[in-house]
Amino acid sequence: MIGSRREVISGRVLLIVLMAVTVLPFVSLLTTALQPSGTYPSGLAWPAHPQWGNFTQAFEAAQMGRLLESSVLIVAGVVPVSVLIATMAGFAIGHLRMPGGRVVFLLFLLGLTLPFEGVITPLYYEVQGMGLLNTRWAIILPLIGLFMPFSVYWMRAHFVTAPGELTDAARTDGVNTWQLFWRIHVPLARPAISSLTILLFLWTWNQFLLAIVLVDDPTKRTMAGALGAFQGQWGTNIPLLCAGSLIILVPTLVVFLAFQRHFVVALLQGSLKG
Amino acid sequence: MYGLFVLRPLGLTIQYSLYQWDGIGPSTWAGLGNYTTVFTDPALLAIIGNAFKLIVAFSVVPVLLGLAVAVVIRRISTSRLALTARTVLFLPQVIPLVAAGIAWSWLLSSTGVVNQFLSAIGLGGITRAWLGDFSTALPAVGLIGAWVLVGLCTVLLMSGMTKIDPSLYEAARIDGAGLWREFTAVTLPSIRQEIAVCVTVTVIAALASFDIVYISTQGGPGDATMVPGLEIYELAFSHRQVGLASALAVVLIVVVLACVLPIQRLARKGGAQ
Repeated sequence: MIGSRREVISGRVLLIVLMAVTVLPFVSLLTTALQPSGTYPSGLAWPAHPQWGNFTQAFEAAQMGRLLESSVLIVAGVVPVSVLIATMAGFAIGHLRMPGGRVVFLLFLLGLTLPFEGVITPLYYEVQGMGLLNTRWAIILPLIGLFMPFSVYWMRAHFVTAPGELTDAARTDGVNTWQLFWRIHVPLARPAISSLTILLFLWTWNQFLLAIVLVDDPTKRTMAGALGAFQGQWGTNIPLLCAGSLIILVPTLVVFLAFQRHFVVALLQGSLKG
Repeated sequence: MYGLFVLRPLGLTIQYSLYQWDGIGPSTWAGLGNYTTVFTDPALLAIIGNAFKLIVAFSVVPVLLGLAVAVVIRRISTSRLALTARTVLFLPQVIPLVAAGIAWSWLLSSTGVVNQFLSAIGLGGITRAWLGDFSTALPAVGLIGAWVLVGLCTVLLMSGMTKIDPSLYEAARIDGAGLWREFTAVTLPSIRQEIAVCVTVTVIAALASFDIVYISTQGGPGDATMVPGLEIYELAFSHRQVGLASALAVVLIVVVLACVLPIQRLARKGGAQ
């Protein structure tokens, strides 16, 4: 499928231009972050004296250590529980075809398109009523709930296509449902489970709305939420702000690049099954 | 869990939307009053309008660009360039939207890179603080959204194209189909489902945008870039108009459903043919 030379060249140009536009903000963040702190730099220029110290300064100014710890705690609270519940629910609805499963599934589908803003107000008063406002639980618990529609949908899509013969064979060997789930189907579902884990990690890490509404103390928020506060506090010190942004986005880039192949493959299969 | 943190709040939103409440004191029954306000207050209607305008930037542009890129990448799929492009274009999707907002508000500021570039190519006359100007703020926000979503669309559409049977293309070639014919007759129909997914995801992103706007403009200048998501937040937590905020939230939920369901139905129908 080789097109004419002109096509290939114009195609390449398109790709390169788009890539340049995509990378531009990252480059700009970096060059700006290296300008002397407190100055008001202009445009894109490599500084004469790169101030790598800005990163340390931003790290300390924003209490990044505590932020990182907080984000990790929140992720640790949200992701494993969500994945576990979603896998079980997906198995029950998609594979075992439990009675009533369809109704439950329709309820989840309804939640799939729900904008978080749609429920944020009552969520605030609900969390307040539980006395959890300004604790990490205020982010963890609602997020688990809000991620459920997508997670269950995702796992169901996997289990619907899981071969039924395996189950029948295992059943004749006298395996109970619990073992069937853990020994046979969970290992088979590993690709779907790990990509769900990566997606949920990113979404939790990047969660902004819940963090700024439900938690006042930036050091108890997610990274993205904390960055919001950081902007409010240091908004006029552009180099420092850029350094802070870079520190916060690096972990997500690392995760993406590390699991990239996995990630893209999963995205391709998962989101299209339904 | 789901019931407690999604279904119950959903119900409560509807309940709140029927009352006038400042979040602290007693509430009074307002019936459909809040909804009347949503649908008659020109400021609020303009805000909902903004969300629809953002669909162009968040949805139409990324899907079209994504299609173009996916076609190009498929044609040169073995080269390193194509692989790199796929990875690079996807990057904006994984970073926090907040960081994207910060990076772009800096790029688009009066001394930012965009203006530097424009001056360099002799367009110094149109430089401005893009996010601070009434006429350009909303398109500028749209640009940020498009930047974030192009990669996602590209990857999704590409996945659809890899599943197309190559013999279809051969058949088209033999029938003497040109590039454009081939694209409309073979590629497009085959990836209907993927296009539907892209449109659905991006339309929701446009209608429910919050992070980018909050960071880059706070809805300003004036109300030029105010979107429903941010307005709900402001009404409920700054102006203490919980009832009105909830009514707007219900309207937003309904609008999202009203936009998404027809897309899904269209895709289904196409798939069945």
